[in-house]
Amino acid sequence: MNEIVLAVEGVHTFIGRHHILQGVSFEATADNVTVLIGRNGAGKSTALRSIIGLLPTSEGRILHRGREIHKKKPYQIAREGIGFVPEHMGIFSNLTVEENMRVAMLVEDAATAHRLERTLAMFGDLRKFWTAKAGNLSGGQKQMLAIARAIVNDTSLLLVDEPSKGLAPIIIESLIDAINQIKEHSVVVLVEQNFHLASSVGDQYYILDDGTVVQKGVMEGLAGNQELKSRYLGISKAENPFGNEQ
Amino acid sequence: MNNDKIAMALKPAGHWERHLPLAIGMGLFLLPLLGIPVKTYLTLTIAGLAMGMLLFLVASGVSIIFGLMDVINFAHGALFTWGAYVGFSIFRLLNKWVDAESVLQNVGAFTIAVVAAMVVVAFLGVVLERVIVRRVYGSHLFQILITFGSTIVLVELIRVLWGPNDEVMPVPLRFQGNWDVMDVIVLRYPIVCILMGLAVYALIQLVLKRTKLGTIVRAGVEDLDMVQAMGHNIFLLLTGVFAVGAALAALGGLAMAMFTLQVYPDMGSTYLLFAFIVVIIGGLGSVTGSLVGALIVGLAYNYVAYLIPWAAAGVNILIMIVILLIRPTGLFPVGK
Repeated sequence: MNEIVLAVEGVHTFIGRHHILQGVSFEATADNVTVLIGRNGAGKSTALRSIIGLLPTSEGRILHRGREIHKKKPYQIAREGIGFVPEHMGIFSNLTVEENMRVAMLVEDAATAHRLERTLAMFGDLRKFWTAKAGNLSGGQKQMLAIARAIVNDTSLLLVDEPSKGLAPIIIESLIDAINQIKEHSVVVLVEQNFHLASSVGDQYYILDDGTVVQKGVMEGLAGNQELKSRYLGISKAENPFGNEQ
Repeated sequence: MNNDKIAMALKPAGHWERHLPLAIGMGLFLLPLLGIPVKTYLTLTIAGLAMGMLLFLVASGVSIIFGLMDVINFAHGALFTWGAYVGFSIFRLLNKWVDAESVLQNVGAFTIAVVAAMVVVAFLGVVLERVIVRRVYGSHLFQILITFGSTIVLVELIRVLWGPNDEVMPVPLRFQGNWDVMDVIVLRYPIVCILMGLAVYALIQLVLKRTKLGTIVRAGVEDLDMVQAMGHNIFLLLTGVFAVGAALAALGGLAMAMFTLQVYPDMGSTYLLFAFIVVIIGGLGSVTGSLVGALIVGLAYNYVAYLIPWAAAGVNILIMIVILLIRPTGLFPVGK
């Protein structure tokens, strides 16, 4: 059985007075990409922000490799080896690509230099625009930079929030390639509404609805389940832009 | 196609586009020559640059604290006053060095006063941030109220420790007097202020642009949440930034007291208003904006005080309104 890298156990999170997560539980295991899917407002992004500590949890536990992290501050959680790519990407627009990467590097040693080389080999455009202001990059390049920053450290768990949002289909294809490469080194928890991307990289899925997990399983099983896809993702066979069975 | 768009975006602006703001600035800078004799203009310009640099020392702290921490620190004026009084005490303690003919002893007394003022006020800044400001992050109304309350406490403490009266600020002997450069009277101390302002600006830029800590601070100005999600202890960073801002206020207070030759418990409130004008003109969070804004305020104040004395106090408010109408985010906005 695969090692449980992340365990979210009955987590409740409020944003202001709104009770967003209402006892969410899921696990991410080694060598897998876990996908959180669900409609807008289901609590997917809130789940990731709760894991990284940007939103405090009111109940429940979050464990990373068996250690409780839900009482820690975001910087302490990040130092445990958890990388985070938010929905808005969180790019520092006034900093260059190089400076964005330097802020991300917690230590600048030989191992980090090696990971940086590996990352730049994966995202060639970042090397090309190394000294350009990050704010001038295209949407796809910004997303690459956001992911590159999150994996340049010794990241054992990568949390990625809707990386395909607003990107052209061709860029989504290169994102799929990138995530498939990243999963060789890190466990990935992905929030994604684009079913093509989710099914291309995902191994297991959890469907969130109204702040709770309503369904879980292996990704291959979901691809053929039109009812679930229609109910929770709002997609039907006729709307499938790729024309294949998903 | 995306690469083409980026290449276009990265392409330097045209000759005119790049130089037009500078040309307008230079034009406005030389405009007073129409009504002021050249020698007087040069004297006013040096005084204006000196005043600008002093305001820069105060405003840069306000700007960094607001830009990074989103904190409106009304206590900045009180920290400025504390800097002036700590320097005042050091000068009294080292009065033999202050009155000595020796440049070395004069510079020594000044250096000790600067270091003492910055260290004491940085410590006050740390206490203020940890005990009071940290509780009101995210609420500007509470920040204004609580830092205004802190100002009252800090100013009353000055009255208790140093007394309520105005005092004459001692100035090291070699910092006084003037040089006669081709019949233009150049006061020594304003030149010291200009050099000090430029040195502080260069140092801040060096730290912000050439060190990792500075890069993290600039990143924090844009997105503090993301910086901490990358593993950086922002609480330590915020305390450090507040301490640096307080130390800059202290340096500004000491330098301004030496410029105006007096210290008094309420001196901070006068210059805090100027500092906010400078920061609004320059753009919140931008050190270069603070420098340019401070120089605009300093020069405009001196030129207008000579040409139309009754309008001197209002000219900077007018400049601020005009700039806000044209560029609501200030001359050098820093993106959030």
